[in-house]
This record gives sequence, C-alpha cells and structure tokens, in this order.
Amino acid sequence: MKAAISKSMRKKYVTEKFFYFLLLFITMIVVAFVLGIIIYLIVKGSGAINWEFLSQKPRGGMKAGGIFPAIIGTIYLIIGTITISLPIGIFSAIYLNEYAARNKFTRIIRLSIVNMAGVPSVVFGLFGLAFFVLLLKFGKSILAGSLTLAFLILPVIITATEEALKAVPSTYRQASMALGASKWQTIIKIILPQALPGIVTGAVLGIGRAAGETAPIMFTVAAFSQPNLPHSIFSQVMALPYHLYALATQVTNPPEDKQWGTALVLLMIVLFFAIIGTSIRTRARLRKKE
Amino acid sequence: MASSKSKFAKFKSFLITRFVFVNGIISIIILGLILALLLYNSVRFFASYPIQNFFGGVRWIPTHDKFGFVPLLVGSILTTFAAILIAVPLGVGSAIYIGELAPRYLRETLKPIIEVLATIPSVVIGFIGIKVFAPLIKNIFNLGIGLTALTGAVMLAFMSLPTIVSISEDAINAVPNTFRYASMALGATKWETTYKVVVPTASSGIVAAVMLGLGRIVGETMAVLMLTGNSPRIVFSFLQPVRTITATIAAEMGETAQGGLHYSALFAIGLVLFLITFLINFVGDRFTGRVKNIR
Repeated sequence: MKAAISKSMRKKYVTEKFFYFLLLFITMIVVAFVLGIIIYLIVKGSGAINWEFLSQKPRGGMKAGGIFPAIIGTIYLIIGTITISLPIGIFSAIYLNEYAARNKFTRIIRLSIVNMAGVPSVVFGLFGLAFFVLLLKFGKSILAGSLTLAFLILPVIITATEEALKAVPSTYRQASMALGASKWQTIIKIILPQALPGIVTGAVLGIGRAAGETAPIMFTVAAFSQPNLPHSIFSQVMALPYHLYALATQVTNPPEDKQWGTALVLLMIVLFFAIIGTSIRTRARLRKKE
Repeated sequence: MASSKSKFAKFKSFLITRFVFVNGIISIIILGLILALLLYNSVRFFASYPIQNFFGGVRWIPTHDKFGFVPLLVGSILTTFAAILIAVPLGVGSAIYIGELAPRYLRETLKPIIEVLATIPSVVIGFIGIKVFAPLIKNIFNLGIGLTALTGAVMLAFMSLPTIVSISEDAINAVPNTFRYASMALGATKWETTYKVVVPTASSGIVAAVMLGLGRIVGETMAVLMLTGNSPRIVFSFLQPVRTITATIAAEMGETAQGGLHYSALFAIGLVLFLITFLINFVGDRFTGRVKNIR
C-alpha cells in the first residue's frame, strides 16, 4: 500500500518535471530566436558600418556607396509622422478621458481605436495612396507618407496617453477646479504635465513603429533611388525599410555587406526608440506604485 | 463688462469642447474613410468585372485582365494555417511558463526579451528569412528554392508571438490566487493546478490572444512578400511557393496604372482583407472583454 502511494507520487513528480522542462524549452526557443536575430545582425552587419556607409549616397546601382539619403528620409518621415500624430492623439485621449460621457457613442469610439490598431499596414498603404496621394493630390511625398504613418500609429499614442491621464488622481482635478480654474486650464496646466511621461512613452513607441514600417510607405513616399536630399514636404525620399526591401529583392546581386549594414542600422534605430520608450514607462509605473 | 467677459469665456469653452471632440472622433473618421475608399474602388472594380469571376476565379494574371481571387485566398489560408499551428504551442507554452511557473527573476528577464520581438520591423524579419531560413528549408526538404509557404509561416508564427504571449500571460495573471490555493489545499501539485485550474480559467483570454495573433498573421505583409515565393497558383503543399492577399497588394500596387482595372482589383482584395481582419479582431476583442470580467 505504502509502496503504491509512493509510486504514484513519484510518477506525479516525474510528470511535473517533464512538463516544467518542456515549457522551459519552448520558452527558450522563442528567446533564442529573438536574441539570435539581434546578435546575428550585429555580427554580420557591424563590419559594413563605417563613416562612408552612413554619410554617402548610394552609387553604381546601389552596389557601392552608403545609405545616407535613406537615413535622412527616415528621419524626415519620423518628424513628419510625430508632428501630425502627437497633437491629434493627445487631444483624442483628452476627449476620451476628460470629456466623453460613458455611453454607447464613447464605446463605439473605443471600439474603432481597437479596430484601427488591427487594420493591416498594407491596407493603410492603400488608404494613403487613394486618399492623400491621389484624392488630395499630395503625390508620392513626405507629406502623404507622414500622414499615412501618423494614422497608423495613432492608436499607440491614444492608448498610452489615456493610460497616463487615468493615472492622474481625480483630487488634482478637484483641487484645481476649486481654486477657480476652468476645465481647460486644469487640463493644460495640471493634468498634462502630470501625464507627460506616459505621453512621451506613447510618442517614442509610435516613432519606433513608424520607423520600421514598409508597406504603408511603399505607395505613398518611398523612392527606389532618390540620392538628392528632399527640398520640400512634397518631395519623395528614400527610407531605410524600403531600401532594405529593395536591396534584398529588387537589386540584382547587391553586395552582402550593404544589405546587412542597412538591416542593422534600421534595427538599431527601431530598438533605440523601443528601449527608451519602455524604460520611461517602467520608471513611471514604478513611481506610481511608490 | 463682467457679463461680456463671461460670454467670451463661455464661447471659448464651447470652441475648445468642439475642438477636443473632433480629435476624439478621429479614429471613427479615419476608419470610415478607409472603408469608404476601399468600397468605392471595389464597386468600380465589380462594375466592370463580374463578381463571380472574382470569387470563383482560379487564375490571377493581371496582364491578361484575369483577377481570380481563389489562388490568393488559398495562399493566405495555407500560410496562416501553418503559422498558427506553430505559434499556438510556442506562444501559449511560453505564456504558461512565464506567467505561472518561472521564478520571478527569470520572468522579469524573459518578458522584455519577447516584447523586443514585437519591435523588430517585418522587413528585417523577412531579410533574415531570405538569408538564413530559406536556405535551411531548401536544404532540409531538398527543394529547388527555399521560398515556400512554410518558410513564410515559420517567420509569421514568431512575429505573432509577442501578441499571443503577452495577452495569454495577462489572462493567466488575472486568475485569482484563491483558485490556486483551493486547488493546492485539495492536494493537487503545482503542475496539476496549472493545467486543471489556471489554464481552463484563463482559457477565454488565451483564445483572445490566439485570435489577435491570428489577426497579425493574416495582415502581415513584408515578411510574406519576401519569403513565400510570390507565385499566385493554387497549391496544396506547404513546400510550394504561394502568394498571399497582402503580398499581392504590396507587390503589384507599385507597378500598376492608377485608376485602371488592376488598380481597383487590388482595392477589392484590400477590402476582403480588411473585412477578414476586422472580423478576427472583433471576435478576439469579445474574448478579451470576458477576461476583464473575471477579475
């Protein structure tokens, strides 16, 4: 009898260990994939990166030279996107958190934000082409591309801002109103400064997303080759993600090191924003807990 | 004097309220515009191309004005199916490990690493796929070319993992501790508690996670464009090149004349894609709602 119990206990123990190990193994596959990509890109790409690669135009049908115009193009797109997206996103979140009534209409707004986040990026590309490029006649331009990316990242900014607004204690609002401040003054002078870290998080994460997207800029701004720097918001530009796509699939026999170098520069830009964004958020959340 | 000032203040607050409201409903406006433009161009397409030839057509040859949707749908279904088969065990397995079994320090290290995956641009994943993974598939299965439905599907599976892991893990964390204590008090081991109590309780959240991951997989463009071989033929093997809905739009929109039949055909498949992802996300969202309710 006693032996039987200990046998079944032992079996349980073995099963338990087996599943622990299996799930650990699965998790390690995922982690190895992520770290593998990053480390492999660094190993293969860092050799290509030098001052010439970062500061020169591509030459000889992209077989020589650098990626300077693509870096500049991506920077312009980032600036354009965030300039459009940030104010709209902040006011949108202010509406939802400070003005909107708790009714069906507000639920529809929230539902459409969630759904907007789920719209495939290539559909945003179609939208940008049909609306900004053709209907509003902006042409393939920084303006059209920035607007398309701006609406793509809008849900990120709205969600992050709203989370930050929610975290501001309502006593702050009451105190400000009791001192005679209007609702608008309260929002601008009290609530927004308190919510700033959360808003910055949303902006930075949004930038990281926008910098890496390819499909939405393919038809709205990205040029295969445009070595000259843009002179207005109606110019086309090269951009890093599209340049990488072109190098990997469109150019015949491109040099290996240029491709890996481009991929690494793109990854570093995106990771830079992602890490800054997450660390600001983590710090803000920790402070809130204290 | 005082009354004119308060009138002005009232007017100002009226303007501000309007302004904030317009920003508040921007997401509805944009979503409406997207749908309207897709619909407008699709209607133009179906006005000159019979709808049954589109949904029943087995050939997609734009140069001969043949716009059969079936090959693209088959391509999307094949890659999506394979991707979700790979993603579910990996995603749910890691979520259970990270959310329930891992010691705290390990959990705090593993979570951010998986979140980093969400930030890697899909064009970079596609690039790595071309350079590293496609040759591997080619050698393992002894194929002429490594760009197949399976190649794309494996990369897609990994790209959907951050969504699946983080939402499943939220669901697991939402299971009240009292459930665990009750189970353990009845003599269940930690593992028995995990798979008989915690996972079933979190199941609707896990379903939501899988649905939202599915939405990501279906809508993903660059990685599939670069990895699945771009061949719009009907095949029933994971080891053949295919062409998905998203890849077709991305590959062909740049080359077509704006306003032509081909152009509007791409909007028609864009509309179908929009509706499919909308449906998937809607269902996923319903399940997420239930997660919040058990808290």
